[in-house]
Amino acid sequence: MSGDIPFTSEDVEEIVTILDNTPYDRLDVRIGRFVLRVIRSGEGWSQELEWSDAGSAALAINLDVVSVEPNTTSDDQTLEIRPPLPGTFYRAPQPGAPAFVEIGDRVEPDTVIAIIETMKLMTSVSAGCSGTIEEIVAENAALVDSDSVLMRVRPDVA
Amino acid sequence: MIRRLFIANRGEIALRIIRTARRLGMTTILGVSEADRTSLPARVADEAVIVGPAPSAESYLSVDRVIAAATAAHADAIHPGYGFLSENASFARAAIKAGIVFVGPDVSSLDAMGDKLMARKIGLAAGLPVVPGGEAEDKAAARLQAAKTGYPLLLKAVSGGGGRGMKRVDRAEDLDSQIDLAMAEARAAFGDPRIYIERYIGRGRHVEVQVLGDGQHAIHLGTRDCSIQRRFQKLVEEAPAPGIPDVKHRALTDAAVRLAEHLKYRGAGTVEFLVDSETFEFYFLEMNARIQVEHPVTEAITGIDLIEQQLLIADDQPLGLTQARMSFVGHAIEVRINAEDWLRDFRPSPGRVTRADWPAGPGIRVDSHIANGGLVPAFYDSLIGKLIVAGKTRAEAVARLSDALSSLTIEGIETTAGLHRRIMADNRFISGDVDTRFFEGLARG
Repeated sequence: MSGDIPFTSEDVEEIVTILDNTPYDRLDVRIGRFVLRVIRSGEGWSQELEWSDAGSAALAINLDVVSVEPNTTSDDQTLEIRPPLPGTFYRAPQPGAPAFVEIGDRVEPDTVIAIIETMKLMTSVSAGCSGTIEEIVAENAALVDSDSVLMRVRPDVA
Repeated sequence: MIRRLFIANRGEIALRIIRTARRLGMTTILGVSEADRTSLPARVADEAVIVGPAPSAESYLSVDRVIAAATAAHADAIHPGYGFLSENASFARAAIKAGIVFVGPDVSSLDAMGDKLMARKIGLAAGLPVVPGGEAEDKAAARLQAAKTGYPLLLKAVSGGGGRGMKRVDRAEDLDSQIDLAMAEARAAFGDPRIYIERYIGRGRHVEVQVLGDGQHAIHLGTRDCSIQRRFQKLVEEAPAPGIPDVKHRALTDAAVRLAEHLKYRGAGTVEFLVDSETFEFYFLEMNARIQVEHPVTEAITGIDLIEQQLLIADDQPLGLTQARMSFVGHAIEVRINAEDWLRDFRPSPGRVTRADWPAGPGIRVDSHIANGGLVPAFYDSLIGKLIVAGKTRAEAVARLSDALSSLTIEGIETTAGLHRRIMADNRFISGDVDTRFFEGLARG
């Protein structure tokens, strides 16, 4: 927060117009903390913006992703259901509604067991296997990623 | 006079608002979530304050927290951008109650247009044709309405916009499950799970009219075509809408102005229509009482800064523009670059952008908050930037966009840039023959 603002489209347009008639392929322009790099590229020109910010490391944030370790007490005969993409895990279609599945429920590969909200989109999660829900590992509304185990399923005995 | 402007949004639109507000001599205060504290807009704003943790519900969508932050920052106006609280009447009321100007229309317009069912009624009252359909309070009511409307149909969020909570249903047996998903999405995106039903019109174009009003007078700033969509998410937008006969084009802009005047509309708004791609008959869909993502294409052909107009109107100034003095020059196209893997069913692709090489040059505008090292959090919309090109003619704009896309490189995450290269090479797009089914016919692989 300093008052300097990186280059408008008009600024960049002017710089490119000037550069286009020169033999130069690249120009770096520094204003305050920002460095604009204009480069000859493809059918025209491209721009890159970088900034220096001494405090940025301290400000770096953690996405606080819940990463569930595989259950070591598992007898290795259960199957794990993992989310197809990172996001927020919901057990029910909406708050207050019954959960898609509970422990002890039978599931088939296309049974919907949860939804994952990522970038405001809801994606249904299917069981992907047949069997009985043995454990619900992830907490409702937790942030999960592809390493997280959502649920464990005891497969049908052949 | 607005001196201290609080921006209640994030991403490219936050940066866009900061630019104009600065030019007008205002001090900008950005309210960010924890996840956005190192974002480019947070670095560029004169002041940045944390409104809450990363999840939108506790930050960008929290009326109480945003108002508290704006009050503490001694802001005299709030610009809500698009999405989040931009069309939330309770938010506008809370701002006014706190003695802060809401940069947007009067609460009465937000009430009227924020509720899409009410919007249909008002559209009818203003003499505009609407798509057959109606409300669906619960599943039983939805089944009845669906039987009347017929399949395929659309489920839409009453408080919706931007395609969120919108689902197409082709068969009666899918209705219940789609209602669940639509209501969940609507609740997550807008805090209001209510939905309604509308007949699905397949071979249509999505054409919208930009309007400006000061409560007394309203004018239009021409049309935009946003027919190229995927799952109701706009991918490409252009101005003016190509290939519409003059008489129909005028009927569209007249209808939009009629609605704005009927509402005594104050501010920038967009009146959306579904246009039959063969007969050019049109239906009023909804009015977005806010700035739109695609506003730059209108700016490109009119030379008018729409954010500036919003701020002037919010400052109680009468419209300085007249319809007679409006001129429309050239053609502009915008493509949305989203953090999505378009080859894998548009799977979201959040993460750290290691390199962001955006196109540059004459007739090219990039509105983006993502520079080298920028972070795309999983909590929010996937839009990372907009590439806008202008040309004297549509053909020139298409050629320029095609070249510009060849200079675009985003590394670290997947984006929709490749999809846009594919679209630019499609003969239907090149000839301007687009409708809302364009995407289904796009060559893959």
